[in-house]
Amino acid sequence: MRINLQNVEHKYQVNTPFERAALTDVTIDIPSGTYLAVIGHTGSGKSTLLQHLNGLLQPTKGYIQVGEQRITAGKKEKNLKAIRKRVGIVFQFPEHQLFEETVLKDICFGPMNFGVSEEEAIRLAKESITKVGLGEEILEKSPFDLSGGQMRRVAIAGVLAMQPEVLVLDEPTAGLDPRGRKEIMDLFYSIHKDSGISTILVTHSMEDAARYADEIVVMHKGSVFERGKPRDIFSRSAELAELGLDVPNTVKVQLMLERSTGLKFGRICLSLDELTSEIAASMKRGDLS
Amino acid sequence: MGEMGETIVKLEQVVFKYDGQERNAVDHVSFEIFEGEWLAIVGHNGSGKSTLAKLLNGLLFPESGRILVKEKELTEETVWDVRRQIGMVFQNPDNQFVGTTVQDDVAFGLENAGIPREEMITRVGDALHKVNMDQFLNQEPHHLSGGQKQRVAIAGVVALSPSVIILDESTSMLDPKGREEVLETVRMLMEERGVTVISITHDLEEAARADRMIVMNQGSVYKEGTPKDIFLLEEELISLGLDIPFPVKLSSSLREQGIELSQIHLTDEELVNDLCELISKM
Repeated sequence: MRINLQNVEHKYQVNTPFERAALTDVTIDIPSGTYLAVIGHTGSGKSTLLQHLNGLLQPTKGYIQVGEQRITAGKKEKNLKAIRKRVGIVFQFPEHQLFEETVLKDICFGPMNFGVSEEEAIRLAKESITKVGLGEEILEKSPFDLSGGQMRRVAIAGVLAMQPEVLVLDEPTAGLDPRGRKEIMDLFYSIHKDSGISTILVTHSMEDAARYADEIVVMHKGSVFERGKPRDIFSRSAELAELGLDVPNTVKVQLMLERSTGLKFGRICLSLDELTSEIAASMKRGDLS
Repeated sequence: MGEMGETIVKLEQVVFKYDGQERNAVDHVSFEIFEGEWLAIVGHNGSGKSTLAKLLNGLLFPESGRILVKEKELTEETVWDVRRQIGMVFQNPDNQFVGTTVQDDVAFGLENAGIPREEMITRVGDALHKVNMDQFLNQEPHHLSGGQKQRVAIAGVVALSPSVIILDESTSMLDPKGREEVLETVRMLMEERGVTVISITHDLEEAARADRMIVMNQGSVYKEGTPKDIFLLEEELISLGLDIPFPVKLSSSLREQGIELSQIHLTDEELVNDLCELISKM
């Protein structure tokens, strides 16, 4: 499902002395099936943007087209529920929102809220708990008896059980250990590939943005600063540095090497393998000097 | 790491189990912490590292074994004295802000400790100056970034002038800039006040800056050593659910390609310098 933001503005506390524009003139088209990473400094408008994608916030100017539905500034949108079913958001620390007595009830809550029968909800719960790498036996447990990593997975299963067509991820791995982080990111990537849903990842990890995203949007001061493929975005390290943003480790080391040896690699290296082979190739050719 | 200081905290065969759990969360753990060092305790989620933090400042008590702080055993009777020695900064910046303004928040701990008002005012000012937050005295917490809130939390701890500060995943909810601010502040406190720092983390880049590391696995000490010793474990660490810092990964991947790097590199700079040296000899 396609999402298209046109000239979106969002002002908080309009007509008060505290009025503040969090988004100004944001236009982003997200074609169906895209994996888009959104990066930007804390306060750049990433979170505000994200909350527009399923109608949690409405624009104060412009509109957001979500499939056939349009959320327009100043108009009451009646059918936000339909949008929220189609656009699932995994918030930061989603396990803080678990509340039911059992994992099963917690996962079923979302689908049933959207009118799915109990029987079907249970089927979806079983399916999504397996998807996130947990066994069905966990369904009968209290979510509060689980470890942090398991709780995170249960919360994610709850979003998946709503069968969203677009998955929005807000720092989904914050607080997890390195293995958990990789497992969760790989999980989202395989869901993205297998079911062809669009994925929008809000992240501080330049490594994740480089590794998983088709395209990156750089937010700055409430506007889109830049949009492009990871290799293009991360070849502008000086511009990013001005916004207080980093480049992936591979690019950092590549630039340091280029600076101190005078050498230029053929491309911006986004993975360990790319960087290793560029360095090895240059050394074999003997053109590092 | 320079010369080792005196032992300031000592754990002897410490065991702790949560109610209703079969396995010990902390299982016969013994180690020492030396004055003035930065010790990083790493481990996967559920390895027992946060339980250790709570045991170290008396939020939990061992089932068996004992913890000595400056040779005094940590018990329910001594916990208040010990907490004067050991300050703790928690994970979530929003859950530990108790005051309505920055300076009230820092004063809170001092009031609890019964510090006279005059001295309190000086200490609050000093502590906020130390963490570079003295221009925010009357700010309310919701105007602060996560990194700023954590620095205020550190100021609250510093104002009580403890000998040891425990950072329990204190940077894990921060953005890269906030994380850097907090780590810089900690580094400076160590240099200027000789504070001992115990950081509990699974950020391996953070741990690489420590003087010493302890790797926890399933409630036990898996390995103890300098970051270099620990990161030499490479694959072993990954199998424990941890990771290795980027320069370590890159140097081992270059070695596999036949590039003869002499040693392990903990920072990008070390690795780049070594590569340049290798190239200049070609």
